[in-house]
Amino acid sequence: MTETGTYLYGIARDLDPNALQEVRGVAGASVRTVANGGLIALVSTVSLDEFGEEALHDHLEDLDWLENVARAHHRVVDAASAVAPTAPTRLATIYRGDERVRQLLEERQKAFDTTLSRIGGRAEWGVKAYVDPQTSAQATTEDAPAYGSASPGTAYLMQRRAQQHTRQEAWQNAAARGEEIDTELRRVAEASRRHPPQDPQLSGRDGWMVLNGAYLVDADRAGEFTSMFTRLTERHPDVELELTGPWAPYSFAGEDA
Amino acid sequence: MSVPVSQLDTDATVVQTGAGYSEQRVALVDLLDRLLAGGVVLAGDITISIADVDLVRISLRALITSIRPDDAPSQESGRR
Repeated sequence: MTETGTYLYGIARDLDPNALQEVRGVAGASVRTVANGGLIALVSTVSLDEFGEEALHDHLEDLDWLENVARAHHRVVDAASAVAPTAPTRLATIYRGDERVRQLLEERQKAFDTTLSRIGGRAEWGVKAYVDPQTSAQATTEDAPAYGSASPGTAYLMQRRAQQHTRQEAWQNAAARGEEIDTELRRVAEASRRHPPQDPQLSGRDGWMVLNGAYLVDADRAGEFTSMFTRLTERHPDVELELTGPWAPYSFAGEDA
Repeated sequence: MSVPVSQLDTDATVVQTGAGYSEQRVALVDLLDRLLAGGVVLAGDITISIADVDLVRISLRALITSIRPDDAPSQESGRR
């Protein structure tokens, strides 16, 4: 017989379990809840053949497998966070059984309560900013000097150095735009976090990613946040800005627990 | 640098991720930012460290599979 484990998606408060009736978790499993002390854990059963230590280690580097699990995890978290404060857990958090999850709720009650109070009534928004290196370089080379009087070798070296300098300066200008945009967005957010720039091979994007920010925004300030985003796209026409959200507060769930 | 066209869905400017919105429009790469570096970190009973998961290797695999047309990576992100 196959051994099974309990996959944990997140921890919620004031959640009507019926909200998850239609939702399928990883590997198509139905989603259950484990409750203790007012906290509700969202779980489903997984086979340890697939989610045991060794299998998991291999699977996590398989992009297709990872995508399926990530989307299933997101489905469950998203459905719960639409109706109740929900702290998502990190991908692939697995326990031996439901009783272990109940113990966890008991042991970490205070930390989970703190987290849920902090994220309740708030959502995460993502803002990404890209700058085209060439556009940025052009903006900084308008006054590039000529090297007509130098010998060809010297002229070449000087030109190379100038190019490197220009690129460096262009990068600094681009990065400063990212900072500026982040600062403005933070004025409308309760908390913010910068994720590392995304790998171009995963994102399929060329150009410099100068901002990969996450912002925790009060539900009643969401309109203010998106208006700020729109204003920033107008103010920075040479920066490509992308808004995602509202997300469950993934980037802000890890701080108290 | 030329980068092969990714299979991941990244074309949307505004992506609605809230419940009831089309889930397929969430780019996998944005989701992985949050699921591998965010969320409540708990030890769990099955001890694997997500930090050990080498995202560089993941992206290299994505790259390798995307240049092998007969074995393209999942295009579900666009299909579902």
